[in-house]
Amino acid sequence: MIGFLQRFGRSWIEKVERLGRATLFLLHMLGALGSLVSRPSLLVKQLYASGVMTLSIVLVSGLFVGMVLALQAYNTLIDFGQENRVGTLVALTLVRELGPVVTGLLFAGRAGSAMTAEIGLMKATEQLSGLEMMAVDPYKRVFAPRFLAGFLALPMLAAMFSAIGVIGGHLIGVDVLGVDASAYWSQMQNATSFYSDVGNGLIKGLVFGFVVSWIAIFEGADCIPTSEGVSSATTRTVVYSSLAILGLDFLLTAVMF
Amino acid sequence: MSDDGATLVQIRDLHFSRGSKPIFRGLNIDIPRGKVTTIIGPSGTGKTTLLKMIGGQLKASQGTIHVDGQHVGKLRRAELYELRKRMGMLFQSGALLTDLSVFENVAYPLREHTDLPESLISHLVLMRLHAVGLRGARDLSPSELSGGMARRAALARALVFDPMMIMYDEPFTGQDPISMGVLLELIKTVNEALGLTSLMVSHDLKEALSISDYAVIISEGVVVEAGSPEQLESSESAWVQQFLHGQPDGPVPFQVSAPDYEVDLMGQENGKSAVEAAR
Repeated sequence: MIGFLQRFGRSWIEKVERLGRATLFLLHMLGALGSLVSRPSLLVKQLYASGVMTLSIVLVSGLFVGMVLALQAYNTLIDFGQENRVGTLVALTLVRELGPVVTGLLFAGRAGSAMTAEIGLMKATEQLSGLEMMAVDPYKRVFAPRFLAGFLALPMLAAMFSAIGVIGGHLIGVDVLGVDASAYWSQMQNATSFYSDVGNGLIKGLVFGFVVSWIAIFEGADCIPTSEGVSSATTRTVVYSSLAILGLDFLLTAVMF
Repeated sequence: MSDDGATLVQIRDLHFSRGSKPIFRGLNIDIPRGKVTTIIGPSGTGKTTLLKMIGGQLKASQGTIHVDGQHVGKLRRAELYELRKRMGMLFQSGALLTDLSVFENVAYPLREHTDLPESLISHLVLMRLHAVGLRGARDLSPSELSGGMARRAALARALVFDPMMIMYDEPFTGQDPISMGVLLELIKTVNEALGLTSLMVSHDLKEALSISDYAVIISEGVVVEAGSPEQLESSESAWVQQFLHGQPDGPVPFQVSAPDYEVDLMGQENGKSAVEAAR
C-alpha cells in the first residue's frame, strides 16, 4: 500500500515538474519571438512546412465533413419541412465547432507530430547542441519560428476548412438533394454573425494553434534523445494535443455561446 | 583564479552526477594555451560530458571551470554566447544541420554572426572546405555524406569562425587511413598556424598522442595521470600502462560492475537472475 502511494505520489510530482518545465519553456520561447522580426524568412519557411503542407488534408476533410453535414441535416429537417435551413446548420456547425476542432486534430496529427519528430531528431543527432555551441540560440532559430507558424497557420486552415465545408454542403444540399440555392445562402447569411460566430471560431483556431504548437515543440525539445524517446514524444504530442483541443473546445464553447 | 596566461582552461574540484551516478569526483585539469591536449579514459568516464561542461552546456554541481579567465558556470547567457563564438566544437556525429547543404552548413556561423558580403563568405567557406578535402562536396546534403566526411565538414564549420580553441569529440572514429592521416596533420597544422588551443577526446590513442603536447587520463571521476605523451609512456602506474597498451588484464575493469558471474548464471536457472535476487 505504501509502495503504491509512493509510486502514485512520484508520478504526480513528475507530472507537475514537467508542467513547470513546459511553462518555463513557453515563456522562454515567447521571449524569443521578437528575433523573428529580423529573420522573417525563418517564419515563412515554417508556415510553408506546417501550413501549406497540411492544406490538402484539411481541404479534403473539410469537403467531406460539409457534405456529410448537409446530408444529415437534410434527412432530419425534411421531416419538419425546414430543409431550407440546411445551409444554416452546415455553416454554424462548421465555423463554431468542427472547423477549428477537426482542423486542430488534423494539424496535431500532420504538422504537430512532424514538429516533434524533427526537433526530437535534431536533439538526438546533437544539432541543437551544435547550434548552442555555435552561439546560436535554438529558441530563436528553431523553436520560435515553428511556434509562431503553428499559431498563425491553424486559424487560417480552420477558416479554409469551414469555407470548403460550406461548398461541400452546397454540393450535396443544393446540387444533389434539391434545396433551393438562394435559400441555402440567404438562410446561412441571416443566421451567421461575423463577430460572434466567425470571430469566435477564429479565436478557437488561435487558441488551438497556440496549444498544439506549444505541446509539439516542447515534447520534441524535452524528449529522451533516442529512437524510442522520439517515437513516444511524437505519440504524446498527438494524444495530448487532441485531448487539449477537445477539452478547451468545451470550455471555450461554454464561455462563448 | 591564478591565470598566468599559459593556461586556457582551468578545471578545479569539479563534481558532476547523472542521476545518482557520480561522473566527476573532484577533477582538476589545466589545459595549456596554444597546445594540443588529449583527454583519454575508458568508455563512460564522462569525456564528452567534460567537453559539454567546458562549453557551458552542462552545469557543475560543485567546482569551477575557467575558460580564458571567465568562470563558465557564472556567465550570463549573452556572455556565454560571446565566449562560445571563440570556441569551436566538433561533435562525434558531426551535428550538421540536415536541412542545409554542406556549403551552407559551413557558412552558417558566418551568416548568423556577421554581415560579411556574400563573396567573402564564399571565399572563407571554400577555403575551409578545401582544407578538409570537401570542396567538391559543397552542394551535397549532409545525408549524402559518410560519417567520416560529415565529421570533416563539421570541422570546416568549427574552423570557419577562427576560434581561440577547438574541442574535438572523437575526431578519428570512422575515418579511413588517408583521411585519418590528413586529419591528424590538419589538427596539428591548424593548431600551430592559427595559434589555437586544441582539446581532444579520443580512443585512438596512438594517433591522438602522436600529435598531442599534453595528455590527461581520467577514470572514475578523477585524473589518474597527466603529462606529455612521453611522460605517460614511461609512467610506472600499472593502470596507465594497461590502458595505453590495451591489455585485457590489469587494474582497469573491462566488465561493468556486476554480481558474481557464477551466481548470476546459476541463479538464472532458478528463474531469477542474481541482479533481481540482490534487490
